[in-house]
Amino acid sequence: MNKRFKSLAATLSSVLLTLLGLTILTFLIGRVMPVDPVIAAVGDNAPEDVIMRARAEMGLDQPLPVQFLHYLGQLLHGDLGVSVLTKNPVAQDIARFFPATFELATAALILAVVIGVPLGVWAAVRQGSVTDQAIRVVCLAGHSVPVFMLSLISLLVFYSALDIAPGPGRQDIIYDGMIDSVTGILTIDTLISGDFGAFRDALAHMAQPVIILAYFSMAYIARMTRAFMIDALKGEYIITARAKGLSLTTVIWGHAFPTVAVQLVTVLALTYAGLLEGAVVTETVFSWPGLGQYLTLSLMNADMNPVVGSTLLIGVIYVGLNLFADILYQMLDPRVRS
Amino acid sequence: MVSRRNFLIGGAAVPFLSYLELAETAFAATPKDILVVAQQLDNMTSLDPHEGFEAVGGEMMSNMYQKLVRANSDNPNEVDPVIAASWAADAENKVFTFKLADATFASGAPVTADDAAFSLQRAIRMNKSPAFIINQFGFTAENVESRIVATDAKTLTLTTETPTAISFLLFCLSANVAAIVEKKTVLANEADGDLGNAWLQKNSAGSGSFKLQAWKASESITLMLNEHGPYKGNLKRVVIRHVVDPSSQMLMLQKGDVDVARDLTSEQLKALQSDENVVLVRKQIASLMLISLNQNNANLAKPQVWEAVKWALDYDGMQKNIVPLTHAVHQSMEPAGFPGTVTDTPFKKDVAKAKALMVEAGLADGFDITMDHYSAQPYPDLAQAIQANLGEIGIRVKLQSAENRQVLTKMRARGHEMALSAWGTDYFDPNSNAEVFCINKDNSDDAKKKPFAWRSSFKSDDFTAKAEAARDEKDPAKRLELYEALQREFMQNSPFAVMFQNTKTAACRKNVSGFQLGVLSEGNSYLETNKA
Repeated sequence: MNKRFKSLAATLSSVLLTLLGLTILTFLIGRVMPVDPVIAAVGDNAPEDVIMRARAEMGLDQPLPVQFLHYLGQLLHGDLGVSVLTKNPVAQDIARFFPATFELATAALILAVVIGVPLGVWAAVRQGSVTDQAIRVVCLAGHSVPVFMLSLISLLVFYSALDIAPGPGRQDIIYDGMIDSVTGILTIDTLISGDFGAFRDALAHMAQPVIILAYFSMAYIARMTRAFMIDALKGEYIITARAKGLSLTTVIWGHAFPTVAVQLVTVLALTYAGLLEGAVVTETVFSWPGLGQYLTLSLMNADMNPVVGSTLLIGVIYVGLNLFADILYQMLDPRVRS
Repeated sequence: MVSRRNFLIGGAAVPFLSYLELAETAFAATPKDILVVAQQLDNMTSLDPHEGFEAVGGEMMSNMYQKLVRANSDNPNEVDPVIAASWAADAENKVFTFKLADATFASGAPVTADDAAFSLQRAIRMNKSPAFIINQFGFTAENVESRIVATDAKTLTLTTETPTAISFLLFCLSANVAAIVEKKTVLANEADGDLGNAWLQKNSAGSGSFKLQAWKASESITLMLNEHGPYKGNLKRVVIRHVVDPSSQMLMLQKGDVDVARDLTSEQLKALQSDENVVLVRKQIASLMLISLNQNNANLAKPQVWEAVKWALDYDGMQKNIVPLTHAVHQSMEPAGFPGTVTDTPFKKDVAKAKALMVEAGLADGFDITMDHYSAQPYPDLAQAIQANLGEIGIRVKLQSAENRQVLTKMRARGHEMALSAWGTDYFDPNSNAEVFCINKDNSDDAKKKPFAWRSSFKSDDFTAKAEAARDEKDPAKRLELYEALQREFMQNSPFAVMFQNTKTAACRKNVSGFQLGVLSEGNSYLETNKA
């Protein structure tokens, strides 16, 4: 018990230290970047007295350590500050933007896993065959073609030429303002509202960005699965299982895959974290109002509270998913448990 | 018997087929009473007209609020009456009386002189970024009660500190900072003595064509018809969607998912010129692109070098080859479309003349210099062309590209040598630019006022005196003459090489008519827009 408590305490303190480091780093970057946040707030043409007043109101006339301590104090009270751009508390903005990214990332990850893992296994089992080569080419393309290009081509083909997909945005204009935001996840909110037309519209709008993000992630997941599986298939326990006369399917999914699954946990956690971080380019091309777009817009306008707040959230996501992966690792791998 | 393979193929086809079914039903054309606009809504910070000072926000506010007067889009020397039916000045040109026309707020309440007085007083008391446009007439938080007065329900008087040209006052009153808000509604939403500022940042209380239904930052703005307002067309709503990527805007316009695209690139506009489904609405706006030569640099402080730079540039070549649809050659410090603007373009590329000026400056061998410029197109392409042009006369330019706010921050700290940047005019009067380019009384680093001229350490007592004389001239016609003379002199004798004026284009589907762009963003109007 004591050992477990110590381990938990060590993990927690490491998490806290990581977050503190992230806060200091982001805060400093925000303050030393060669853009005056006051100008971003009041405009380049604002008179000098207005600029001075705004600088004082934003606390930027204080020494840097005082500014940081003040920010840290706010943070400990759960206050991420107010966005200059939206005039909303940053926490409120994040609560609005993050669900859009969460919806996109989660759907993309599910699709990527459902396709990528079997594809990787298939390629490994048929290593060196035409199938393997074909899968490798598809994966290589997915990982090397820039996402913005895929997004634009997708819009051009499926939206513009074939007319089978909706355009950029999260929903059609006819549903604008008609769905109450309960969870912020539009597919769920439309279901809650009972408007199935809006639900179908939301699904249709998700399709393209989800497929593109899924393709990008799938390529990585399939490649890693293939590599792990090739290694696993070389194991003596696999040869033994085959010698015992077990079917190939049983050997692959019953014996080899559990080993691969352990390694895949980390890959999937990091892929999900990457997606949640905000697929900036995809969100930009598809006008998807998610965390990536919020972060970019804030950064471009030197609106630093949202930048620090969003970065912290991303940090928490990374740390959280890493922790989750560690826990899952322990559950799946008896060697780690022991 | 269904084989496993066929079962899997069938299973895989289900989502695709059901998606096709989704697609068939989900994408309807935009309704005829809703105008959908794709636009970059990326730097809007407030929709309070007495605070907001950015281009996109300015456009939204001018469609939600009315002012006493507005700039005449056809004749820049005049203003049109809006809430003010008529106006008159006393013999001294210090007391100005406005008789108000009938107008109604979105709430249904009539617009009164009390609302107008409250609105102007509010702008002065809040003293936000745009307040200087009207407080330059001597209004302060302490004296507004006595100097801005509603004498009866339909009469408003303004008393200025010093005798003022009525044209100057009227031009300034056409700015959004002079928008009239409904006193009762605003005060009902006051919090901690903020005069309703926090509420009005995200709500509206005006008498314009539309009222604010929703503003979702980084997502959309929805304007709803003000049934009591001046709009008489068939639109019930205007939805402005934040679409960052111009390519996405273009596709949405061509598909009919949006009716107007506002941020298309030069190449895209070129392609649309031959598209019969699209109408391009173009307007030169009050944004100038110019090179600033910092006078802190000994070489750049020589007047012959100012002139040499201006004679070395290939204005026409750059315009035709790099910015054919987005910029026009313009060399005056006042933008075309403004009262009294000089549209002469005396400088043409003349390398021999420029070289002779360099010799006269004692710099026959040229010199090395760094030029900062914005990283967004077309600035990098233009910067390269400028580099080549100046190279021909021996000025070896090293280019330094950065995000525009970085360049502006550096210029505000006088950290640049040369800078290629843009200047957007604040309000519809020649004084707006003349003040920032010509009036610099204190050139010290800790000066209280830091106009554009100060940023490049340029101080000319002659220009200061002339700009002040033009500003204070009471005869409107003579005032414009003074500004014209000042512009010509400034063109020749200043360390600023004004090169281009920006042209904005709104690409509208052909069933959309009457959308207007103004020289300032507050002139962008849906007042006469219809959708067939």
